[in-house]
Amino acid sequence: MSRRVVVTGLGVVSPNGTNVSEFKNALQNGVSGIEYIDNLKKLNFSCQIAGKPNYNKDYLNNYFNNIQLRGLNASGLEYGVIAGLDAWKDAGLSLVSKEEEPLWEAGVIFGTGILGVDKFREAIYKVDNNNVRRLGSTTVIQTMASGISAFLGGMIGCGNITTTNSSACSTGTEAILMAYDHITSGKSEIILAGSTSDSGPYIWGGFDAMRILPHKYNDNPTEASRPMSATAAGFVPGSGAGALVIESLESAKKRGATIHAEILGGQVNSGGQRNGGSMTAPNSMAVQKCIQQAIVQAGIHADDIDAINGHLTATTKDPEEIKNWTQALNRSGKEFPYINSLKSLIGHCLAASGSIESVASILQLKENFIFGTINCEILHPEISSLVDRSRIPTKTVYKPLNIVVKASFGFGDVNACIIFKKY
Amino acid sequence: MTQEELLSKLKTIVEPYVQNQEEFQKLSGDTDFINDLDINSANLVDVILDVEDEFGIEIDNDGMEKMLTVSASIDVILEKLAAK
Repeated sequence: MSRRVVVTGLGVVSPNGTNVSEFKNALQNGVSGIEYIDNLKKLNFSCQIAGKPNYNKDYLNNYFNNIQLRGLNASGLEYGVIAGLDAWKDAGLSLVSKEEEPLWEAGVIFGTGILGVDKFREAIYKVDNNNVRRLGSTTVIQTMASGISAFLGGMIGCGNITTTNSSACSTGTEAILMAYDHITSGKSEIILAGSTSDSGPYIWGGFDAMRILPHKYNDNPTEASRPMSATAAGFVPGSGAGALVIESLESAKKRGATIHAEILGGQVNSGGQRNGGSMTAPNSMAVQKCIQQAIVQAGIHADDIDAINGHLTATTKDPEEIKNWTQALNRSGKEFPYINSLKSLIGHCLAASGSIESVASILQLKENFIFGTINCEILHPEISSLVDRSRIPTKTVYKPLNIVVKASFGFGDVNACIIFKKY
Repeated sequence: MTQEELLSKLKTIVEPYVQNQEEFQKLSGDTDFINDLDINSANLVDVILDVEDEFGIEIDNDGMEKMLTVSASIDVILEKLAAK
């Protein structure tokens, strides 16, 4: 039997809450983090709203030293470091002093799509002005994708795997499963897993150009993200970071750590951009296989699942996702598990979505609630024909949960599905 | 600008990067940025950019390579100031 793996620390920097307790309150009370952003209007974006974490710049002094703060212009790095160090602290772990050896059994797997795009823009302007010599030492470390795992690993003093994964919108969920695999195989005891995504026009512009963002809600930002709704109009771009301390059960017990949840298993796969799958659309057969194999790997039955935290971005793909869930689980109507979408409250945080949504899933398990999905009072007809209305609450439902499933699907036709259980 | 004024400005520039405060307290002309003050070698580039901004000068590659100690840095800065 493989080693049991648990979650002992949580951290989050979300558009609707920049720490775990704020975030939990926002989930339970249906607080949206979507706001109008003036800069997007100035830049002529069709979609002028987004989800962006808000905090005072002074807050960074709690996480970065003076040298690290000099020339810091990488929002994803800020979010990732705050969420990561918060999770580490929540797990009751401390930072290794400069003189000590690193923690050989502890690592970091922290994903991103692209890091420090604002810093990169700064660098491009200097290079194009024949001023490459003025870049300084901070350009590389803030724009390399692995900057986030490098910063966290160095701040903590990790001596095990320290890397950054990238698989578009499944990045965060994949990072947690990579950590799970690494621990079950005995290569490490503790891994800080998570993902982060920068804010701003240079991240969101490409999606605006693809015409997959809503453009009619600039005056009503909190109503724009409408997963599963008959009037879903595209995904609202978001940003932030989520972090989880993943640990072997033995290590957690030995430390006397608080255990938030157990990870029973999961699966990562790809549809190969075949059978209806493409660079931007999932192959339904692969999605179903991913879910089914996660269930097998976790050693549970589809009927054991109490709630699903879906990918559900509020595009035309939502009905297909629901159909995939009903077929993969062979459950529908009133027999279907509860399902919700965090994207209704914070938008689609891209590379960060899987980790932030996993933090939400674990909070639900631990505190016995299913947060409501806002803006889906009238369900898409294909969805209401598959799943009973009661399974898709618009307001938070408080009830005991035992097993919650989280899945993410990303560009490149990649999928990831995790099974969390109450501990 | 006197040597003292220049030294005091240089100290202010270097301070944020210093990791050995004890050595910084007894800073002299012979103080080596990397070996004595434990400044990360990657940060030396940032020290030089800060010097350029403070004194309104441009330091070429040859100048940069010389700027490893306090007195060598002062010499380079004085030379560039004189050439302005």
